[in-house]
Amino acid sequence: MVSGLINANPVVYEKKERRERPTSIPDADEYSAEAIDQLEVDIKDPEHPYSLEELKVISEDAIEVDDRRSYVRVTFTPTVEHCSMATVIGLCLRVKLMRSLPSRYKVDIRVAPGTHATEAAVNKQLNDKERIAAALENPNLVEMVDECLAPSYA
Amino acid sequence: MAEASQFNRHIESYVDVSRSSAQQGASLDAIISLLKNDVVTIALLVRDMDMYLTTADNVIRARGILLLGETLMQLHSKPLENSTVHSLITFFTDRLADWRALRGAVVGCLALIRRKSFGVVSADDAVAVARSYVQHLQVQSLAQHDRKLCFELLECLLERHSHVVTSVQDHDFVYGILAAIDGEKDPQCLMLTFHIVELLVKAYPHSSGPVSSYISDIFSILGCYFPIHFTHPTTEGTDVTKDDLSTALMMAFAATPLFEPFAVPLLLEKLSSSLPSAKVDSLKSLNYCATKYGTDRMGKHAKAIWSSLKDTIYATGPEPPSSFSLDSQDAMENEIPTEAFGLLEKMISLDNGPFVSLITSDEDINTVFNTISSYNSYDKIPLHNKRRLLVIGHILYVSAQSSVSSCQKIVECFLPRLMEGLELSLDSTSSHLCNSNENGVLSRRTNFGSLYLSIELLKACRDLRISKEDLVCRINSQNDTWCCLLQRVCGPLSETFSSFLEKNEPANDDYLCLAVKGLQVLALLPGGNLLISNSTFEVILGKLVSVVLEDFNKIYLWRLALKALVDIGRFIENFDEVDKEMRYINVVVEKFAHLVSSTEFDLPLRLKLEALSNVGRSSLKYMIQILLKLEEVITTNLIAIYVEGNITLAKTTSQLLECYSTELIPWMQNNEGSEEMLLRFADSIWKTIESLPLTVCVNNKELLDAMIKVMKLAVACCGVESQNLIVNKAYSPFSSIISFPIPLEEFKLTQEIDKLSNRDDLVLSLFASVVIGLHPQAEVPNLRSIAHVFRVFFLKGNVIAAQAYGSMVNKLNPKSSVTETLEVFTLEQAIDMIFSKDSLDSFDDAITGLAWIGKGLLMRGHERVKDIVMLLLKCLLEYGKTSSLPLKQYSSDNCLEANECFPSVAESAADAFQILVRDSDLCLNREFHAMVRPLYKQRFFSIMMPLLESLIVNSESPLSRCLVYRAFGHVISETPLVAILNDAKKLVSLLVNGMSMLSNYASEKDGLYSLLLVLSGILTDNTGQEAVIENAHIIVNCLVQLIGYPHRMLVRETAIQCLTAMSQLPYTKIYPRRIQVLQAVSKALDDPKRVVRQEAVKCRQAWASIA
Repeated sequence: MVSGLINANPVVYEKKERRERPTSIPDADEYSAEAIDQLEVDIKDPEHPYSLEELKVISEDAIEVDDRRSYVRVTFTPTVEHCSMATVIGLCLRVKLMRSLPSRYKVDIRVAPGTHATEAAVNKQLNDKERIAAALENPNLVEMVDECLAPSYA
Repeated sequence: MAEASQFNRHIESYVDVSRSSAQQGASLDAIISLLKNDVVTIALLVRDMDMYLTTADNVIRARGILLLGETLMQLHSKPLENSTVHSLITFFTDRLADWRALRGAVVGCLALIRRKSFGVVSADDAVAVARSYVQHLQVQSLAQHDRKLCFELLECLLERHSHVVTSVQDHDFVYGILAAIDGEKDPQCLMLTFHIVELLVKAYPHSSGPVSSYISDIFSILGCYFPIHFTHPTTEGTDVTKDDLSTALMMAFAATPLFEPFAVPLLLEKLSSSLPSAKVDSLKSLNYCATKYGTDRMGKHAKAIWSSLKDTIYATGPEPPSSFSLDSQDAMENEIPTEAFGLLEKMISLDNGPFVSLITSDEDINTVFNTISSYNSYDKIPLHNKRRLLVIGHILYVSAQSSVSSCQKIVECFLPRLMEGLELSLDSTSSHLCNSNENGVLSRRTNFGSLYLSIELLKACRDLRISKEDLVCRINSQNDTWCCLLQRVCGPLSETFSSFLEKNEPANDDYLCLAVKGLQVLALLPGGNLLISNSTFEVILGKLVSVVLEDFNKIYLWRLALKALVDIGRFIENFDEVDKEMRYINVVVEKFAHLVSSTEFDLPLRLKLEALSNVGRSSLKYMIQILLKLEEVITTNLIAIYVEGNITLAKTTSQLLECYSTELIPWMQNNEGSEEMLLRFADSIWKTIESLPLTVCVNNKELLDAMIKVMKLAVACCGVESQNLIVNKAYSPFSSIISFPIPLEEFKLTQEIDKLSNRDDLVLSLFASVVIGLHPQAEVPNLRSIAHVFRVFFLKGNVIAAQAYGSMVNKLNPKSSVTETLEVFTLEQAIDMIFSKDSLDSFDDAITGLAWIGKGLLMRGHERVKDIVMLLLKCLLEYGKTSSLPLKQYSSDNCLEANECFPSVAESAADAFQILVRDSDLCLNREFHAMVRPLYKQRFFSIMMPLLESLIVNSESPLSRCLVYRAFGHVISETPLVAILNDAKKLVSLLVNGMSMLSNYASEKDGLYSLLLVLSGILTDNTGQEAVIENAHIIVNCLVQLIGYPHRMLVRETAIQCLTAMSQLPYTKIYPRRIQVLQAVSKALDDPKRVVRQEAVKCRQAWASIA
């Protein structure tokens, strides 16, 4: 493992106010970007005690949801280009969505274009079912993921 | 001798360091009790301990001396001879030199010096202690506890024998103290240190005393502690907080005026620090010290204090609101400005001459005064100037209201300049005060800043509250120009303010608010009609009233004006200004009272009533006026509605009645002397009713309900005697119904419904509401026939009659039959009447009525409630089993055929249980003087449970079982959780079965939800969890079913929450259910409602992580 932090001194942003949404039909709330955003913003950064939203790794605008076609796409922005945590962050996002969404959804997780040195590799890794399953067999990784997700269940 | 040997053994055990501290403590206690009971003497103790006190072994000697010291500490109230005390103190004084056995010596000295009577330390001995202390003790090199003891000794010496300071030679003692306290860091010791300094300097307050030469040294030691920065958590045994330390230090600072040359500069320096707590501490200390140091000493620093204060206030003052009309002006939540203004006030009240002149000649203030006149409106003032304006307004206010003379100076200095800015003439020769401009009112320069500041100045004059006599002589004496100034200013100002409120002038909101505030301040100026002439006062009131009447679109302004009027009313009442009160009543109260009946103004009725009730609540006198008017309007309206058939008035009238019952009656309840008004009101309503003709064609439900409510409350708020009067009054129209020929046997319900005229219905309902509100002690004439009438009508489905009957049953005194004659209707008879003959002709309204009567019985704890319950259950089962169709159909189809009505009877029988146990605000509660037996719900619960349980087991048709569960749900959800938890084991399976039963019927969602809530209550309680553990699998099965309950989101949400709570149960019980739960919950992830989905995520995580 790398000694020391990869991004020792990240810029911390204020949490953004949720934008007002028109309330949909009263007896059925559709899955929407906001709701998923709600699920994810509390995920902790693997390196720092800040949430991913505070570090602007993910934002509401970067989440795309289509309830009817059961499709979610999350685009996240690592804090620095060579961030080796990108895969871990992606894994956290995927696990969180796996646990929070009904199984009908197809989840796509991507690094924002041009924000990471090994973008293609990371994207491939994050959307490979087998590799995700393999990663979740690794107790160390699972522990790390759980630690990151812990605040989001509070 | 046995005692002596035992005694020696105790001593040995205490001195022996190898014993545990508990053993040592026990032996110390034993020794002390022996000494207290005079079994041994101190002398004997000392003699026996001889060896321990003088041995060369340091450890044993230390223990021995400590034993002696601790013993003396405990014997503080035991009489000792002076010679004993003397020899002991000499010994301990001597031992202070023995640093290895120091603690015992200090404890011993402390114990002896603390003694208040029966052998105290002589003055010479005290001096010897002090000398030895200074010579031998190196306090700062000791451990914390020893230091604390040393400081306590010092504190005690200074408190008791302050002469030691001079008696110890060469000022050694003061120097010794300084050496001892220098560099102390422990909070507990610091508290003592600060107190020691305080005592030391207080003992010699004069500049020639022994302490004076050390003053600067003392302060340099103390000063470095300021400001106290102490963030230690208080949990670690030390109960000293930052506030304690700050206060102790402040007291030390203020102990002598000699500190002044050092303290004030230090405090001022710290005031400019960026730490908020330092600012607050400095301000508090300055405030406190100012009183102690006195005018002369503080006067030297006035300039410095003023400039620092000003900076602090500017820096920390409130943000100016973006629009003046939005503000909450006086909100000073921040501590720093509050303290700063406190200091300002203190400085001015200390010496008002120089300090006030600092303010009046201040450059900043003058600059602001020069610039504000160039801005016309609030928006145009730049932000920092707005801030300055608000701050200066407050500074002027605070400084002017601190004392009469400061007010005089400030008003004389600033008011003319403000008037100049407003171009209002102050020419004292002209009696008519018009503006210098020829063009009249409109040309007056509207200058926001000047107006704002003048209001603040006037507000200060108002709050100064100088007496009328004082004011008169001030105005008459020539040299007091300020009062004359005020007198002259008030008129033009009120004209200016009024002109803003004129309709034709397009003033913006800021000005309108300012005008209302200004008028309020003007109206509240003291001194009767000296400052504000009566006609001006009337004009002001008129303006405010017109705002209330016309400007209801600007709700903020409207509220402000109304509040101004209410404040003025309250003020007049409090200060007993008879003249103004008359005018207030004429202009405001009567106008408002008139509002109710007039249609002249477009003001919505809701606002009219709000204005009315607010003004009324400011004083009883106004309230009476308003009540009289309201009563008049209500009675005329009633006549118009019922006699002339003017149905359009019904809505207004019911709103009036509603206002009466929700706004005015609660106020009257809390204020003495208004019972008469209630009595009068009830009386006039009854008079109106009596005067109605026999045929009334109007039957308005809304109006009737409002009348019932008002009558109930009015009667309930009266005392017993007034209630008797009302009952008698109401009885005469009611008696016509009694005399109505209703032969009981041939009474046919269906026919009678048509026969009861609208008038009789009205009379019956109102009489019933009178009965509901009665005290148990009130006397009701002809109880028997009244009860009879109520019974007849409740069987006919008149719910209010049933409520009244229930109230009667509840409140009747069971012993009254003994003292009263046969006329008095007793409880037993009342109940017998219910059950007599075939009175229950099976109508669901009658069942509801029966439930009310049952409630009356239940609340007083009467056993006949059982009969009613049995009757209800019988109805429930009889009619429940006749049909096996789901209930849903019956509630939706409104079938008229006889046999299909039955389930609705059964349904109301089930719902009757809800009426029985749920607290009601309609009747039978404390407000309506019901007799409530403690724990009646628990008792009912324990009676009902076995009954319901057996019924559930034995009932044949699913429908009737479902209804029993419904009743069960009503009972259990109203019972306190504590009672349920006791029976949790039995109940859990019943609950679960009930829930799975009810979940089949869409109409039962309320019952289902209440059962689920009970279950979640059991789940979250520790004692309840045992019962849950045993039934874990059935509960999980049931909850899993409910996750998909389609009819109500709350049920799904709560079910998932319950499951989440269950994941905390022991692993072995829940693990087998894990897969089942996870599968069910993952379905809930696709729930249409977001709240449910979020709960599902949490629940899933909780169950997934137990593996």
